[in-house]
Amino acid sequence: MERAVHDRGAWPTAESIDRSEHELADWELLTDALVHSLAGEGLMNVDELRRGIESMPADEYERASYYERWLSSVEKILTEKGVLAPGELDERLAS
Amino acid sequence: MTFRVGDRVRVSDRAHEGHHRTPGYLKGRSGRVELVHGEFTNPETRAYGGDGLPEEALYQVVFARDELWPGAADRTYVDLFEHWLEAA
Repeated sequence: MERAVHDRGAWPTAESIDRSEHELADWELLTDALVHSLAGEGLMNVDELRRGIESMPADEYERASYYERWLSSVEKILTEKGVLAPGELDERLAS
Repeated sequence: MTFRVGDRVRVSDRAHEGHHRTPGYLKGRSGRVELVHGEFTNPETRAYGGDGLPEEALYQVVFARDELWPGAADRTYVDLFEHWLEAA
């Protein structure tokens, strides 16, 4: 059976996972706060957050850090729901 | 709640598209019910904006790790929803 990219367990490698900690950057703390605020407002829940992460293209998933995956999911889920327009974040960041 | 502590159960290996909480390495494998957690909303529908109802029974199931990865020692404990389990 083909596994989704997040579905690990001695796959795709049996190497030990990286459990090292790092100091959280401001944007990571803000991302955590953002997700909790969105949940508090009923705009997205943790299961939607996980679905958004799991649906990332495999190469993006592997490249992304923990909170980069959260941000990718937030953009996807909020765009699905029409809270964000497609491409809205890219446009705002470019301006 | 169908299963009780000590029951042998097998994890369904049916195909499933979309979000679910059953790891691929457990599908088709057998274990034993260690704990009955109670009933919880179903993440498979909540992940698509649903309300997760009806609630589903959630169990902690223990697997001999050797059955998952030959030669591996110890045990693996995983929480699994009832609709992924069959009597074994």
